[in-house]
Amino acid sequence: MEIESGQYEMSFSRPKEDTLLVRLAGNWRIGGRLPSAGEVQKQIESGPRIQRIVFNTEGLTDWGSGLLTFLIKVIHQCSRKKIRVEKAGLPKGAVKLIAIASAVPEEKGSQKKGTRGPFLSRIGESTIAFSRSVVEMLGFIGDATVAFIRLLKGKARFRRSDFILTIQQCGVQALPIVSLISLLIGLILAFVGAVQLMMFGAQIYVASLVGISMVRVMGAIMTGIIMAGRTGAAFAAQLGTMQVNEEIDALKTLGISPMEFLVLPRMLALVLMMPLLCLYADLMGILGGLIVGVGMLDLSAVEYFNQTRASVTLNHFWIGLFHSAVFGVLVALAGCLRGLQCGRSASAVGDAATSAVVTGIVSIIVATAIITIICNVLGI
Amino acid sequence: MTQREAHITVKDLTMAYGDFVIQKNLNFTIQHGDIFLVMGGSGCGKSTIMRALVGLKEPAKGRVLYDGMSFWEAEPEEQDRTMRRFGVMFQSGALWSSMTLAENVALSLEEYTDLTPGQIREVVSLKLALVGLSGFEEFYPSEISGGMQKRAGVARAMALDPDILFFDEPSAGLDPISSRRLDDLILELRDSLGTTMVVVTHELASIFAIGNNSVFLDPETRTMIASGDPKKLLAESRDPKVHKFLTRGEEGAREQ
Repeated sequence: MEIESGQYEMSFSRPKEDTLLVRLAGNWRIGGRLPSAGEVQKQIESGPRIQRIVFNTEGLTDWGSGLLTFLIKVIHQCSRKKIRVEKAGLPKGAVKLIAIASAVPEEKGSQKKGTRGPFLSRIGESTIAFSRSVVEMLGFIGDATVAFIRLLKGKARFRRSDFILTIQQCGVQALPIVSLISLLIGLILAFVGAVQLMMFGAQIYVASLVGISMVRVMGAIMTGIIMAGRTGAAFAAQLGTMQVNEEIDALKTLGISPMEFLVLPRMLALVLMMPLLCLYADLMGILGGLIVGVGMLDLSAVEYFNQTRASVTLNHFWIGLFHSAVFGVLVALAGCLRGLQCGRSASAVGDAATSAVVTGIVSIIVATAIITIICNVLGI
Repeated sequence: MTQREAHITVKDLTMAYGDFVIQKNLNFTIQHGDIFLVMGGSGCGKSTIMRALVGLKEPAKGRVLYDGMSFWEAEPEEQDRTMRRFGVMFQSGALWSSMTLAENVALSLEEYTDLTPGQIREVVSLKLALVGLSGFEEFYPSEISGGMQKRAGVARAMALDPDILFFDEPSAGLDPISSRRLDDLILELRDSLGTTMVVVTHELASIFAIGNNSVFLDPETRTMIASGDPKKLLAESRDPKVHKFLTRGEEGAREQ
């Protein structure tokens, strides 16, 4: 039985003054075009008042939901007009299915209205939603702090194997992409700097430029952004899916705080791994600068190395590592927060991952600005 | 239905995940208009068998014939055409969570019929009404209870008035009245539309209420140990495992 555009037939006659006979024949399956109940309506309205409707379905070859929807509509219309519908002429199965369909009354008040409020009230609603999300975020940070303090007291509960797995995922497995991107960033910085510095014959300072900028901020920012896209999104998707599957509720009923069990190991892993990745990114960036310096600017590798060593101080390293530790906290927080806030549908998981990346990157840039200003004020 | 040839024939079917054999040497036929039950304890591979029947998992060995056409040896287009005649209800509903119930049911109607949006809406309301969910059109799956999700899954499966409806544990998790109503619906759809039903279940009440043919899978020997009308199986089967299953283990209790 292929779904084909079937040919339905419908005709009307009036055996008596107050009776309408509807003859249904042919194929009444869904798939093809179907008549609308409006035709019956027209017949009822044309001519003298109808008291009852009878059916003749002897010519019916095949029927399905098409017939049922049509009949339900006719019955509905007629009950409003107090016209009796004689179901005797209909196929028995159809009558029974209609009875099953109307066995459970429609849930009153369950119909939802998708109306949009006026402009001002929508502004109000989004403001309230925003302030609520700020409160939620602060609450989340508070919870995370409490969980961290419990960890320091040795009371936090999470599985070591989870912790180690997360370390592997956000540490070792991130090395290839961090290598590639920071090497290229080093190259780009050196190229851009070289064009200007060569005009003064000061190409040796490319080493200082690349060294200081990589070590002090760029290495940290680049690893931060990579990890926000890579690991922050993964955290959000993972926790979001757990939320959808009620796995987080299951943890709560066991009295295990999702904060300690899920968020803490992820945050710790990222805070430990980010500075290491940052250090590695610094070295790769300097290597990128070295390639440009030696290949294009006719510097020797030793010259380049000595210049880098002279200009990059340990202070720069500490500041860079501090940045990256802060970014680790921010990325982990953003990922876990969005994951735990996730709704219960597949698209909500996607939204959570997107929003984790956006939140992560924005907070990284804002934090960099704040730290830079503070360093400037303190003179370091 | 005039033709009485077998609708689905399963020959020497073996299902396996890699080297791990789930079920082997299955042979059974399902006639047009049968309500065919796949029975067996938890973990015996009922759902896996269903995946082979609906075209989701290729069997390790053997054939599944639909009206004589071997499904797994057919061309992809032929497979698609066959699969379009199926309606499948998954164990946990498997509703698309980002769509409302109405959109869930309407998707296949929009894809495969020429109905106008208004008519689609009417068909959707009818299907939801048939499973007792009228008025829930605009709800998202996450906003309704588990049992309601299950019934919405049934509504979605029967959207296109399919020739064959597959149900994976339809009444598990439903209250007795909803479960009874679903059984009535299954019987009525078979009687009036001639739909063939394949039902994976272990609800005894449903088994005796609706089934007219069945296969019983055994997890230990990994094959079928009985088949036929479940009422007859209860009366005639000599196999203690089948008997124990169909009597909720009471036979076993008496022996001890």
